[in-house]
Amino acid sequence: MSGMHRDRMNAGRQNDTDGQGAGRKDASRQSRGFRRISFQRVVQLLSAALVNGYVVGFQKGTIFTGKSKAICVPVLNCYSCPGALGACPIGSLQEALGGRHHFPFYVLGSLMLFGIVLGRAVCGLLCPFGLVQDLLYKIPVPKWKVPGRIDKPARFLKYVILVVLVIFLPAFLATKTGIVPPYFCKYICPAGTLGGGILQMIANPALRKLAGALFSWKVLVMVVILAASMFISRPFCRYLCPLGAFYSVFNRFSFYQMHFEESACVACKQCENACPMAVEVTKDINGQECIRCGKCKTVCRAGAITSDFVRKS
Amino acid sequence: MSESEMGKSGMKKDKLVGKENMVRIGVLFTSIVFIAIGIMRQEHLEVLQKAVRICLECIGIG
Repeated sequence: MSGMHRDRMNAGRQNDTDGQGAGRKDASRQSRGFRRISFQRVVQLLSAALVNGYVVGFQKGTIFTGKSKAICVPVLNCYSCPGALGACPIGSLQEALGGRHHFPFYVLGSLMLFGIVLGRAVCGLLCPFGLVQDLLYKIPVPKWKVPGRIDKPARFLKYVILVVLVIFLPAFLATKTGIVPPYFCKYICPAGTLGGGILQMIANPALRKLAGALFSWKVLVMVVILAASMFISRPFCRYLCPLGAFYSVFNRFSFYQMHFEESACVACKQCENACPMAVEVTKDINGQECIRCGKCKTVCRAGAITSDFVRKS
Repeated sequence: MSESEMGKSGMKKDKLVGKENMVRIGVLFTSIVFIAIGIMRQEHLEVLQKAVRICLECIGIG
């Protein structure tokens, strides 16, 4: 370890000592039932409330039918959720590709806009299903670290899902009746089952009678993903989400970027241990898997990690 | 590292940042054009039509 790094580590320890008073205050607040909510969690909660703000829908088992549903939201949020105020971009993309077989300018343009401005910050900060996974991971059960030889190839699966189920099949494979089902939504999407299916079934008895094998399959997929979320951090985002796959293409070029200052790094690896997506923060901070949740930034005592909308030269 | 080497690496970095900025602005411009074309072709109304009805496939019934 270089002398400069040792100095910085010592400075970090000194900061710890200086921060003991604040730490005691925090402990006292926690013992009184207060707990500081992170910036990420506040943004996630606000986003979830904003995209699902139609409270009447939850009470009556209906969905919102206002004009805002013509706008695609940036996150995976089923438009059949009783509270949804906007359209799901993945559902809309499948519909646009399958409906009239034309190039989906509007939906694709919306997705590109979200991607180039925020990249996968959408996944880390805005997505309600990401919030669900984050909360489930808080449950105190043993945590699994997926071995690299399984983890790396498995991450490729989300691109296969995007290309095959979201783009290729809706564009080219219609059923005998000429209807093109949204394949991803129909067979996989756990956000649709959780936000749309289960909530609609609870509120709407007529729909309950129609539930059959497909619904059972979807519930099974959802339960497996939610159960896995207790042991593995964000398994759906890592391996299955086609929306995350789409945004990951823009991660390196998006206006919102993470910055890693190598000269300030003390090589403590706290950032990599804290990363929910197991990103090699010190090597590839703006890689395709970074969801810009900011956990690495929070734990870095050396201040080597920052994020903003303007790339520093 | 000598000053000239540092200067060269700095110039390379600046060029890279310049290229990245061009990609960024290009994609941003393309996305806005796509949205405008989509709205002119009334694709947003197709999205609306789909989104205001309960999608039976999405909730696992259809």
